[in-house]
Amino acid sequence: MDLTGIMLYVANLALIAGVYAVITIGLNVHYGHTGLFNVGVAAFFALGAYVAALLAIPPPEENLFHAYKFGGDLARILGVEGIGIDIWFPIVLIAAGVSCAILAYLIGAVTIRLREDYLAIATLGLGEAVRLVFTNEAWLADGTRGLPGIPRVLDNIVDPRYYDLIFLPVVLAVLLAIYLIAQRLAAAPWGRVLLAIRENEDTVEVVGKNVFRFKLQAFAFGAAIMGVGGALYAFARHSITPMTFEPFIATFVVWAMLIIGGSGNHRGAILGAAVLWAVIGSSQFLPGFLSDPNMRLIVVGVMIVAVLMLRPAGIIPETRTRT
Amino acid sequence: MELLGINTHTVRDAVVSVIGERGARAVVWTFVALVSAFAAWILVTRLDLTVIGLLIGGVYALGAVGLSLVYGNMHFPNIAHGDTMTAAAFVALAVMVTWLPETWSMNSVGMFTFPYTLFIALPIGMAVVALGSVLIDRFVYRRLRLKAAQLGVITLASLGVAIALRGLIQYIWGTEIQNYPRESKKFLRWDVEFLDTTVLVPPDMIFVFAAAVVLTLALYLFLNLTRAGKAMRAAADNEDLAAISGINVERTHMLTWAIAGATAGAAGILFAAGQGQLLTISGWKLMIPMFAAVVAGGIGNPYGAFAGAIMIGVIGEVSTDWLDPTYKPAVFFGAIIVMLLVRPRGLFGASRV
Repeated sequence: MDLTGIMLYVANLALIAGVYAVITIGLNVHYGHTGLFNVGVAAFFALGAYVAALLAIPPPEENLFHAYKFGGDLARILGVEGIGIDIWFPIVLIAAGVSCAILAYLIGAVTIRLREDYLAIATLGLGEAVRLVFTNEAWLADGTRGLPGIPRVLDNIVDPRYYDLIFLPVVLAVLLAIYLIAQRLAAAPWGRVLLAIRENEDTVEVVGKNVFRFKLQAFAFGAAIMGVGGALYAFARHSITPMTFEPFIATFVVWAMLIIGGSGNHRGAILGAAVLWAVIGSSQFLPGFLSDPNMRLIVVGVMIVAVLMLRPAGIIPETRTRT
Repeated sequence: MELLGINTHTVRDAVVSVIGERGARAVVWTFVALVSAFAAWILVTRLDLTVIGLLIGGVYALGAVGLSLVYGNMHFPNIAHGDTMTAAAFVALAVMVTWLPETWSMNSVGMFTFPYTLFIALPIGMAVVALGSVLIDRFVYRRLRLKAAQLGVITLASLGVAIALRGLIQYIWGTEIQNYPRESKKFLRWDVEFLDTTVLVPPDMIFVFAAAVVLTLALYLFLNLTRAGKAMRAAADNEDLAAISGINVERTHMLTWAIAGATAGAAGILFAAGQGQLLTISGWKLMIPMFAAVVAGGIGNPYGAFAGAIMIGVIGEVSTDWLDPTYKPAVFFGAIIVMLLVRPRGLFGASRV
């Protein structure tokens, strides 16, 4: 591989790591800050990606047979035709986030009150249920064939070959924005209530805060971040299928990133995403049996267990703020 | 409680003020009666689905009993349970196909599709997985337990174990569909004349169901009649109290894992034998109905899990009358949510609350 090839490869790794970092921040809002045991990351990951794809791709052509009726190009339907994906892009990201927040609000309204482990079981089911909808409802998103041809942002600047180099700063910019927002909210009174809920729910209730409402807001906020991450993922990969969001790649990897990086602080979440994706993405270059793709699963699983046992706080432990 | 921002108590008070306490109660009971009557009507008119669902419930029950036992005694949902089942099924397959001479697996047992060698492979697979479960507890869960790790941390560790276990299975056997040795057999036929339907049942399912019944019964006898079983129940109830009464709590934990592993093994192997094929995600896919069964039966209550599994099996199967069968996991998801909302202790009460 020549130097350009290596650079492109690294750019692609960094790109996907950045997308995962966004989703991991979302999970950190859920678990790290509020203590919500969400094992259904895939639900919001998938919904965000699908909403973005449906809003961005042109509708299916009449003369070609397509099972699905939708196909976004909402820009044209809304009469804002011609603005192009470059300006449409941020609106798509926001729409993905908002739709995930709505789903989280609806599901959270009935499940968020549950004990930690019950919520885990319920969200485990949610992740599968959302994927099933996109798998089965062919009219919605062409079922198992998925949605190919998601347009590229800022693609007229460079040769398609070097596209990742352009999209990388876009992802990093979104990541930075989300990091700053999440960090600011965590430091605000609102975020401090969430930390208190994680530590001791009853005390917070006694002090007169509506724990349920705060949990619900945190659930919706974290889900919105995951939705934006899902949307970025759709743009980064250019095509999505329901198989993209099977639990391993869409839920467990995110959990591993959060645990390895350090649950409870967003810098840890970002670092965890970078470290784990570097390990996963470069494992194919390892010698011998280590390059086996199934080895990745073993490595991810063992890493989760090892970190939990040896360094439960992760690489960057959460800093305790003095009160 | 608050539902979608509306305080249900306010709603109830408003309703009660209009029609009175007795009136409200009458309305609720009428509603319950109507729903029950509707359910009964569906169960009878689609007897074919009901019977199949009942038998599928046996498969879920085999796994759910062990899952519930661990949940009750170790106090966490073991996410690795499904992959433990898969591991056992692969070990049994290796025994039947690779280790034993191929000719041994030629003849199938009576009316069932599986060969005689299953009865050699079954105990081996169960033993391997039971031993594996005990070892994993020794090196992972026990250490976390001694550090007094939170529920979330131990659950996450089980997630890590699940991922690593699946990786190991796929590393050794690959990701392709594996075929279990089997011989096609006729389905059992039951013509129900007065309903004008025919119930077709694969014979293997009856075997699996019977195995689930025997296993649950054996577990019941063990937990209630033997010293070790009583010690296990005591430790599940209150570890400290059990410890000062002279019960070796670590040993009861080991026993819990051995039993849970063995039942998971039996579940995985019999499920694969009944299906005739095996995927590396077979066990994982059973996790949602199994969790639904555990929640429905009351967490930590193995017999409840059995009954819950039968119920979930029937609900899932009957739902295919008007829903696409691929939506079954979504139906289970709905069942979990409804159960947790309406009666989080489960139908038969949890062993702990």
